[in-house]
Amino acid sequence: MTDRSLKREARIDWLPVFLYLFIVVFGWFNVFAATRPDTDDFIFSMSTNYGRQAMWIGFSLVAALVIMLFDSKFFPAFAYPIYITGILLLAAVLVVGQEVAGSKSWFVITEAIKFQPSEFAKFATALGLAKYMGEKNFSFLSTSRYNRIETANPKSWVFLPLRLIGITSMEGAFALILFLVPAALILLENDTGSTMAFAALFLVFYREGVTGIILVAGIVMAALFLLNVVVDEIYLIIPVSAIGLLGALYLFFRRNIKPGLIVVILTAITVGFIFMSNYILDNLKPHQKTRVEVLMGVKKDLKGAGYNVNQSKIAIGSGGLAGKGFLNGTQTKYRFVPKQYTDFIFSAVGEEWGFLGAGLLIAAYVLLLCRIILRAEKQRSRFSRIYGYSVASILFAHFALNVGMAIGIMPTIGIPLPMVSYGGSSLFSFTILLFVFIKLDSNRNEILW
Amino acid sequence: MNETGNKKWIFVGVFLFLGTVFLLKLAMLQIFDEDYKKYANMNAIRRVVQFPPRGYILDRNGELMVYNEVSYDLMVIPREAEELDTTEFCMLADMSKEEFVKGMSNIFDQVEKKRLSRSQPTPLIKQMAKENVATLEEKMYKYPGYFLQPRILRKYPKPVGAHILGYIGEADENLINSDSYYKPGDYVGKSGLEKSYEEVLRGVKGVKNLYVDNLNNPKGSYMDGQYDTTAVPGKNITCTIDLNLQEYGEQLMVNKKGGIVAIEPKTGEILAMVSSPTYDPNLLVGRGIRKNYPILLQDKNLPLFNRTNMDGYPPGSTFKLLNGLIGLQLGVITPETKYGCAGGFVAGGLRVGCHAHASPSDLRYSIQTSCNAYYCQVFRAIVQNEKKAEDGFNIWREYMLSFGIGSDFPDSDIPNTKTGLLPTAERYNKIYGKGGWKALTIISLAIGQGEMKVNVLQLANMTAMIANRGYFITPHLLKSIHENDTDRKVQFKKNQTKVDAKHFDPVIEGMECVVTGGTGRVTQIDTIRIGGKTGTAQNPHGKDHSVFIAFAPVNDPKIAIAVFVENSGFGATWAAPIASLMIEKYLRGKISRPDMEKRMFEGNLMNTVKPPVP
Repeated sequence: MTDRSLKREARIDWLPVFLYLFIVVFGWFNVFAATRPDTDDFIFSMSTNYGRQAMWIGFSLVAALVIMLFDSKFFPAFAYPIYITGILLLAAVLVVGQEVAGSKSWFVITEAIKFQPSEFAKFATALGLAKYMGEKNFSFLSTSRYNRIETANPKSWVFLPLRLIGITSMEGAFALILFLVPAALILLENDTGSTMAFAALFLVFYREGVTGIILVAGIVMAALFLLNVVVDEIYLIIPVSAIGLLGALYLFFRRNIKPGLIVVILTAITVGFIFMSNYILDNLKPHQKTRVEVLMGVKKDLKGAGYNVNQSKIAIGSGGLAGKGFLNGTQTKYRFVPKQYTDFIFSAVGEEWGFLGAGLLIAAYVLLLCRIILRAEKQRSRFSRIYGYSVASILFAHFALNVGMAIGIMPTIGIPLPMVSYGGSSLFSFTILLFVFIKLDSNRNEILW
Repeated sequence: MNETGNKKWIFVGVFLFLGTVFLLKLAMLQIFDEDYKKYANMNAIRRVVQFPPRGYILDRNGELMVYNEVSYDLMVIPREAEELDTTEFCMLADMSKEEFVKGMSNIFDQVEKKRLSRSQPTPLIKQMAKENVATLEEKMYKYPGYFLQPRILRKYPKPVGAHILGYIGEADENLINSDSYYKPGDYVGKSGLEKSYEEVLRGVKGVKNLYVDNLNNPKGSYMDGQYDTTAVPGKNITCTIDLNLQEYGEQLMVNKKGGIVAIEPKTGEILAMVSSPTYDPNLLVGRGIRKNYPILLQDKNLPLFNRTNMDGYPPGSTFKLLNGLIGLQLGVITPETKYGCAGGFVAGGLRVGCHAHASPSDLRYSIQTSCNAYYCQVFRAIVQNEKKAEDGFNIWREYMLSFGIGSDFPDSDIPNTKTGLLPTAERYNKIYGKGGWKALTIISLAIGQGEMKVNVLQLANMTAMIANRGYFITPHLLKSIHENDTDRKVQFKKNQTKVDAKHFDPVIEGMECVVTGGTGRVTQIDTIRIGGKTGTAQNPHGKDHSVFIAFAPVNDPKIAIAVFVENSGFGATWAAPIASLMIEKYLRGKISRPDMEKRMFEGNLMNTVKPPVP
């Protein structure tokens, strides 16, 4: 086979397409169950939520088809303009956006036509990063003294954290900036869900060479933060210091002076963080603090912050093994779960389809995520690979936070379940995000420039 | 490339790990934890209790004494209650703005304190009368979150018989804890027939299991009503009271303290049971209870207190009949035995005074003139019939018990009847020491004074027993229960006394003489043969109590009656005319002596009690 024949031959990977269709269609049935009026003589209408969602599914499928007709080269070629558009929209929404429930993250044109630029920014940033980090010579590690970050200012301590996470090249630092600028803008929107979903893009940096220390540190800090809600800080500080100091002593004993010192410093930082986490907790907004406390079981606030989650758990738990059957869920039918057709759609799945249905949906998601990663690794062009990882990371964050919230093992963060929750702009964005990858993957042997 | 390429397995590993955690948590929620199914049902299924109508109470002639009227509670569901036009709403609901604001803020206070669920329908105004509701009902659609809940109210066509009928009120905590049938807010009979026949009258509550949505709107029945039960209506009961007689008795006793009990001797059925002062039973209905109960409770004339079957009074001379009967049965006297009386009974430094009458007297004449000396002799003979005074006394006491004296009639259906006071030998032993007392020590018992208290019910029952010549049917208030379209008659026990029927003739003859030519002449009604006995009971509270017992007609007794008028003087002055009017009313249905009736109606004896000694 010549390069040329490979180029022409588009081989679509049908598995993610089928998984996507399954999730979307299954999702719509659940939105239908959660929004259908409780009368037998209802009329299918576009003015209802399930009607609109069906319409958006139609639009999304058309969009997917259109994407498949594009030339793969279009995406790297237009990556930067799209990225810049994304940044501009994020900036604009801060100025002219409408404040909804404390977050300034929506362009509201009419009540029915709303648009959240952070959805678009995920796609735009994914393209921008893929383009920039996909350049042939891109590396996080400097290859010559000309692209070393210290060249800018040899003595600046600012670069120390960058070195620590494994970025020593100027282009590596710039890639980080490409990520941090939209991240900062989304942070300003004051929308926790969007911020966390966007932050997931950092996983791509890990794949592309940044060390995992920062992720491990992040996980350790999150764990310590949550534990600190449950137990007194003294019970965290004593074991942490004990383990750290014993480790350091061991290293000193083995004459590994430098690593030993690093352990001592890390231990000190950790203990410092434990002290700080109290301060952070106290400075959270009251509703956020309550959500954290409810999650950790310190507080039972079934009328307030814990109400939605509790109702969601009741709906899911009452579904049993096989579920109550489509349109037979009492909690769904009679609307006991607030926000059920948007953020808590998983509770409708759990109630009406039971463990089997909910498990199937989880399996479909995990399979889709794994498939994207494994296909991404097969890409000849770095652009496609990086983009693929971006897609997987964003979907993963949404899936983990949303389902985790619905079953009560993650704090309550308003974030849609991709391709299932009611909402046109969300469904549309995820469709484009996914199908651009499917398109790129269909030309995986192509070098895109 | 290879080194970083391995990172894909970390990603895949994290995805699989998270998927597994989710599945495990789901399994915990959905398969292993059964509680959520329960919670889901608590959310979506509402048990709606169906309250059955309470049974009616009819008098012995089928006249309605108690029936039901529907009233409405104005309920509010705090979560759904919206801002409304207060002025219009209050006008329709017939309440003041202040009342509305106070009621609502009270409810929301409770919600704030988590004592009340936001979705729990809660009464804002309880028991609004039907008339007030009519206009409101039409406009209810304008006030989401508010609705009218029908409830049953007791109504009394004639405001009489309060003590007999009793009242219903909300079940208290003790009852709710001890009887699972009752739930907070349920009504239960608190006294009288409402209490005695609670289970007959109340029926059985039904339950409907309904699906409801998050706004508490009903959405159809659960499992096609498989677990529903229908309410069983309460049964109607017919009581023994003659409503007209009862009403007449209450009229006669207006402005007097005391009681009347009339019994049909053959059946033990109570025809009238008047305790005065009484109250209008309509006062203790629905919303009225909260306002009126404390007022009645604090009234110094104790209108809530049933004077006919509670503590009792010294029976006075009416008691002599019983002593005579015991004497005859024991053989210590015969009808012809005569005792002299020189203005009283004198023995061993003891003197019981008597009034002027011919002497000596036999049994009949002693009844007619109510001779104290005669009965002191009889009582002494009874007690001294045994070697030891204590034994003689105990035999006397056994007889008394067989007459129903000292009994609270445990098999009767009149709630809260007290025993009165029939002293025991132990009591005297305690006071005087064992063997330290004899007949003369307790001679007051001969004439119904001393350590002796008999309530009006016991007195009337005793009269019925004499009319029956030696037995009585336990006095009671229930005649029949209406069941399956027939009236099931209720039987009460026949109690045989220890005195043979033959001994009653001379006593009854004496009683007739009381009416025809003795102390109770005032009671005579032309052709009706009445047997009666006056009593004038000394008491530490003021003027003597006026007592009279009677039954008529003597040859075929239809009514036995006891009347007690507190602190009003001689038995013949007040109690006897009242008894006579009652008998005439019952037997004839009309009154032939309007003057006497007028005097009784108008007599005011409320302030004859001595002021307490400072």
